[in-house]
Amino acid sequence: MTADHQRSKQWLLTLPSLAWLGVFFVIPAVLIIITAFRPADLQGGVGAGWTMETLKVLGDPACLPVVWRTVWLGAASTLVCLALALPMSFQIARVGPRLRQFLLLLVVIPFLSNFLIRIFAWKSLLHPEGPLTKLLIALRLVPEDALLLNNAGAVLLVLIYTQLPFAILPLYAAAEKFDFGLLDAARDLGAGPWRSFTKVFVPGVRRGLISAAVMVFVSALGQYVIPQMVGGASDEMLGNMIARRVFADRNLPHASALAAALLLAVLVPMLVVTVWQRFDKKEATA
Amino acid sequence: MKRSWFPALLTSGVIVFLFVPLVVLVTNSFNASRFGGGWEGFTWGWYEKLWDADEVWESVRITLKIAVSASLASMALGTVAAHALHRFRSWLQSAHSMLITLPLVMPDILMGMSLLALFVLTGIETGLITIWVAHVTFCLSFVTMVVLGRLQDFDFTLIDAARDLGATRTQAVCKVLLPLLLPGVLAGGLLAFTLSVDDYVITFFVSGPGTTTLPLRVASMMKTSRSLPVINALSTLLIASTFLIAALSFRLQRRS
Repeated sequence: MTADHQRSKQWLLTLPSLAWLGVFFVIPAVLIIITAFRPADLQGGVGAGWTMETLKVLGDPACLPVVWRTVWLGAASTLVCLALALPMSFQIARVGPRLRQFLLLLVVIPFLSNFLIRIFAWKSLLHPEGPLTKLLIALRLVPEDALLLNNAGAVLLVLIYTQLPFAILPLYAAAEKFDFGLLDAARDLGAGPWRSFTKVFVPGVRRGLISAAVMVFVSALGQYVIPQMVGGASDEMLGNMIARRVFADRNLPHASALAAALLLAVLVPMLVVTVWQRFDKKEATA
Repeated sequence: MKRSWFPALLTSGVIVFLFVPLVVLVTNSFNASRFGGGWEGFTWGWYEKLWDADEVWESVRITLKIAVSASLASMALGTVAAHALHRFRSWLQSAHSMLITLPLVMPDILMGMSLLALFVLTGIETGLITIWVAHVTFCLSFVTMVVLGRLQDFDFTLIDAARDLGATRTQAVCKVLLPLLLPGVLAGGLLAFTLSVDDYVITFFVSGPGTTTLPLRVASMMKTSRSLPVINALSTLLIASTFLIAALSFRLQRRS
């Protein structure tokens, strides 16, 4: 077969997906960045000309607390998810193959069931008339008039709930390749279970740990349904602000400026991790 | 050596945490109590109400229409893309692979908003077609990844063997490669189907009049407390179908 033939064949196989994602993924993302520099018109569309005005939205005093809240909710949910997923992936990787498949299936099933339904389930669990509130009051763990719903705690809880599988699956993938003999060696040399876990297992799965952290954090940054459904009026995240500018204010350029900022916030940690992992891999093979 | 009991305990705890909300939903769908605070007797009432809710079944029809067509399209595009990624090593494939990976980590709200911006600026009316386009876009990457995983395990000497035995190139692809690849493609398609049925955020941005998919319907039902127990019943049916699909895809993945 000639090289020319090979090349045209490669293009033939690559072009469909490349063109589709180019038109419906790359161009829309670029459009958002462009729209951020355009003025809004009164019909909810985009006006003519160029402006830097929209960028002022980002410096808006109303915007800053929302950005701060988005970042701390993202960071807190990431930390909790990792803290739960690390021992869990350790456990799943150590059991026999049949039990392992079963445990993985148990992790994936809630993850595959409808996202809204899972949030709805929490909403009815945390409802003032719901079972959890009644149980906690009966156990005298919370005061009679406790409200579990519509606060930042509820948002954090549901964020953790929906994102746990994002942390467990990459960590499990790393733990599966981990040589558990190293742990026995550490124990033989006198390290306690906690010490051998933190000094041998955790560094051993660090690549999985980093990808899990990025997955959870990035997905938390873009949330808007959770704060809307279980949060209060003062628990808005960046996503709620974007949705409000699109649907309530009908101001696409303002929404685009916020979305472009979110896009940057998502791409920067990913880029840092990609570069770090390449570097890490080179070091490991050198 | 004695193993610590802590990881096992924590794992069981987390699995209970993952399932408690689902169990409560299923239980409440048979509970006569409106808010599910306590057990007030068994009833089929909410299922009867759900059966009579015509608008819900209309949404189911729209959702299935989109999910089936979007997963078929993403299966075709994804299989071809996975083939290209597996077969060639070049700068083009590096770029291709990056382009396929990016949508996997792009927050839904950005994908929804950017597609809406595209449709607004090009003057395309939002509706069934725009939802279909959006769903194919986010399913494509998932299907490609699943099929690529399958291709990496595929023994390509089988193709050479078929050629040696006199099969033409097309015959080798159709009679050897595709049948062996089929479980992977179907598993990818099932994943795409689940994602499409499940999607709320992206659909919310690109939907138009008369295209209320099931998640959009559930969201609007959540706003009126009258229909809350009906959502329990609907959720139970959806969770049951998720179990079925998960079991099916588990079978497909394991057969090889």
